[in-house]
Amino acid sequence: MEEKLILEDGIEVEQVYRRPETLTDVPYHYCPGCSHSVVHNVLMEVVADLGIQEQTIGVAPVGCSVFAYHYMNVDMQEAAHGRASAVATGIKRVMPDKLVFSYQGDGDLAAIGTAETIHTANRGENILVVFINNGIYGMTGGQMAPTSLPGMVTSTSPYGRDVSMVGYPLKITELVAQLPATYYVTRQSAHNPNAVRKLKKAITKSFEYQQQKKGTCFIEVVSNCPSGWKMTPVETIKYLEEVMFPYYPLGDLKVPKN
Amino acid sequence: MIRGTIKVDTKICKGCELCIIACPQDVLALSVNFNEKGYRYVELISSACTGCINCALVCPEAAITVYREPKPVKKAQAKV
Ligand SMILES: Cc1ncc(C[n+]2csc(CCOP(=O)(O)OP(=O)(O)O)c2C)c(N)n1
Ligand code: SF4
Ligand code: SF4
Repeated sequence: MEEKLILEDGIEVEQVYRRPETLTDVPYHYCPGCSHSVVHNVLMEVVADLGIQEQTIGVAPVGCSVFAYHYMNVDMQEAAHGRASAVATGIKRVMPDKLVFSYQGDGDLAAIGTAETIHTANRGENILVVFINNGIYGMTGGQMAPTSLPGMVTSTSPYGRDVSMVGYPLKITELVAQLPATYYVTRQSAHNPNAVRKLKKAITKSFEYQQQKKGTCFIEVVSNCPSGWKMTPVETIKYLEEVMFPYYPLGDLKVPKN
Repeated sequence: MIRGTIKVDTKICKGCELCIIACPQDVLALSVNFNEKGYRYVELISSACTGCINCALVCPEAAITVYREPKPVKKAQAKV
């Protein structure tokens, strides 16, 4: 892409934003408008800005983002469903100088992988956990997840989530924030430009804390799933604002004391 | 008004319209044409773009490159 362009009326303009070079050229397989893609972009932009491409190792989950390693041009490892933070633990312990992150959906992190998630955080592993909470199992056809909202209609709760039978949505980020060994726990989103800017700051801080060996950083990104929610991408933004954020309020849950 | 422009990689745009609602200048719209994948891609429909990068930040496909007029030299120096 050109560095400079001349507008029709002769004004010279300079390139101020481009696709991060830490992404591969492979087009995303994600559905149109899916937050997964936005979060991949932001994550890789931070890796480019911090100049840590060679030191970074990611762990991909099972779920829609199972192919994250096709897009993120850093070293990556695939983990069995739910075990990404355990695999990331192993990688970090063997190679403590690397910057390690796991990238996981809510079905992966807060259902089948709950034990791994909690114990990774309880051990204070010096890694970053990126948690994509779209309230649903996206990949397998939009089934109810532990994070689905009360009354939320999914393919396995066609009359809405009945909390008297299946309990309340699990706020695992709040749980993780209670553990003494976690260092930085925050809940972000990627649904508008300002949210993306804040998410970028949160990811940047987390990698910096990891360089300073501070312990577990945990970033939940309250996300959409246009296909699973059966909405257009634009409709999902409204649903996020009106329905998801009131239950999963955005902001820091635990910030370093000093 | 600061001048800017964008280039959309129309081959990978999926027509999700998230850039359209993120644009404060209201200068983006879906084309009447389709790309090879069958999506209506996004086009710049006016010269009122300011190069604010909002569209590019929310674009899931990282399909948007943004250009902006550089700050006038005098002002830029005065800031330092
Ligand atoms: C051990 C095991 N159990 C179940 C599955 C089926 N499975 C694949 S993805 C998935 C859930 C994915 O949901 P989530 O983690 O929320 O990610 P999303 O697809 O929404 O991004 C399930 C249950 C599997 N692959 N392996
Ligand atoms: S199914 Fe949902 S989570 Fe998966 S790619 Fe599509 S929109 Fe994204
Ligand atoms: S946000 Fe990106 S993919 Fe979506 S319509 Fe705009 S340019 Fe296309």
